[in-house]
Amino acid sequence: MTVSSKALERGMIALARSRLTVAASLSFAMIAIYFGFMGLFAFAKPVLGTMLAPGLSLCIVLGPLVIISSFLLCLIYVYWANTIFDRNVKSTLEQA
Amino acid sequence: MQSQTSNISIAFFFAFMALTLAITYWAAKRTKTTETFFAAGGEITAWQNGWALAGDFLSAAALLGIAGIVTSNGFDGMVYSIGWLVGWPIILFLIVEPLRNVGKFTFADVVAYRLSQKPVRSAAAIGTLAVISFYLIAQMVATGALIKLLFGIPYSWSVIIVGTAMLIYVLFGGMLATTWVQVVKAALLMAGGAFLCILVLVQFQMNPVRLFAAAAERYGANVLQPGSRVVSGQWDAISLGLGLMFGTAAMPHILMRVYTVKDVKAARLSILYATGLIGAFHLMVFVIGFGAMVIVGPQAVLKAGGGGNMAAPLLAQAVGGNAFFGFICAVAFATMLAVVAGLTLSGVATLCHDLWTNVIRAGKATESEQLKVARVATIIIAVVAVVLGILFEGQNVAFMAGLAFSVACAANFPSLVLAISWKRFTTQGAVASILVGTVGSIVLICLSPTIQVDVLGKSLADIAEAWWFVPLKNPAIVAMPLSFAVAIAVSVATPVMDADRTFREMQRRILMGPSDPARAGAGSREEG
Repeated sequence: MTVSSKALERGMIALARSRLTVAASLSFAMIAIYFGFMGLFAFAKPVLGTMLAPGLSLCIVLGPLVIISSFLLCLIYVYWANTIFDRNVKSTLEQA
Repeated sequence: MQSQTSNISIAFFFAFMALTLAITYWAAKRTKTTETFFAAGGEITAWQNGWALAGDFLSAAALLGIAGIVTSNGFDGMVYSIGWLVGWPIILFLIVEPLRNVGKFTFADVVAYRLSQKPVRSAAAIGTLAVISFYLIAQMVATGALIKLLFGIPYSWSVIIVGTAMLIYVLFGGMLATTWVQVVKAALLMAGGAFLCILVLVQFQMNPVRLFAAAAERYGANVLQPGSRVVSGQWDAISLGLGLMFGTAAMPHILMRVYTVKDVKAARLSILYATGLIGAFHLMVFVIGFGAMVIVGPQAVLKAGGGGNMAAPLLAQAVGGNAFFGFICAVAFATMLAVVAGLTLSGVATLCHDLWTNVIRAGKATESEQLKVARVATIIIAVVAVVLGILFEGQNVAFMAGLAFSVACAANFPSLVLAISWKRFTTQGAVASILVGTVGSIVLICLSPTIQVDVLGKSLADIAEAWWFVPLKNPAIVAMPLSFAVAIAVSVATPVMDADRTFREMQRRILMGPSDPARAGAGSREEG
């Protein structure tokens, strides 16, 4: 194995690790948000049914928030992956 | 239905058919290789693919089913809407890069990449075909029932018409035609949904809260609160959630779309766009459902037949007149057509690319042979879909779709995730996991009230005493952990020697893709 291919290998491992960290944290956030909501739906219906105003209950606020947060998490990931991560992959390859 | 209304629907519907058939004719001339047949040659842009993903995913259940559930039960319908969305970020974070960079046409490409091709692909084909059959039944049944309701065409004929149209799209136009059918359908669906939503909100000073307040005033505050009519048990709700989230992340016809774009960057973007579109649509459906509750009334919706599925069309009639009613009906029809076309195509990819090319012919089939097999497979799936559609008349749409998600979640998701992330995953582990996930889900469904009470008509009190009774209507919470456990146990029991090397090679390909300059030519899929 040449020196440059060893450096490349190390770079690869670092890249894979950074991707795993970001992907796993965002997945965990999504799972926590969704199952937090479903947990309330399954086990604490009265809490979700709290009326905040006429025509507005807690679940009608939280439900759309789950939808919006899904999109925002996707936005964060795509921004990170398509700019920072791809640039790092490119520079790792160039250095090698 | 009144003949005047029918005529408007038929006119809209024929316009859609004419446009999509023209697209198919255009696409057919370009569909000469398996690359174009299964992946549109990788020439779809991120925006187009985002719309096409939304088109593939937003089924009749999303518009008609959910609106109907909201109209008769209030808030609970949203549980399905949310569940159908939260799987998309999971696809983006965990699945899209490995899938795109390692695979060629199907998700089995990724599962089988460093394992033994024949057994893994055969097992994956069983899992995929089970998911597609369940989902196709749900779609076919919805379509047949709706066309019968709208045009007075007998149920069986409705199913045959849909089967024929999807056959033409896929057989001649492959992925290219299917993609454009999805784009057109998604645009119509979003436009129709948005317009309907606006017409409802105009009556409430553009404020959804006033709409909800009006619903609560008329039908009680409990329509704004979570109830237990749609999802009964506590653990059943969690199980439903698991199935929807991880099932979405493993739906074969969705995963297949990452191969239609140029590179992984575009694949990520298309998932982002799709998530935005689908999320926005589900928010609109929530307003539409409450709109139908207040403006049409749950009783009138139930009286129209179709198990609540008429909520959105009837609302369109009430706020936009007969022309809009006809438009929404035609859009709903187009929706079903597009979804079954996407499902059929992914079934064909499994039969042709996984089973024929890689199992039966051990990767040695020529291009023309593969295309021939793909087309025969298309005809087989269309015929099976029509026959199953006719056999399963009268099932609840949203519910059947939910079952398809449970199977995807337990059979496909665990093997896909472990293949990507766990070094010691073995061929035997993958096969066992997929088979246990598929068979486990189906057996659990058969022993649950879903089949025993809703289909076979037994009384819940009687079967609740039986030793084999499964109280969960959604099997994911049992089947998915079981599938993971079996995968891990069997893999540990059957270790392989060079797992380190093959895993490192796969990790590298996940990062670099097939165009890895350090090892150009090593990949099986050429760029461009």
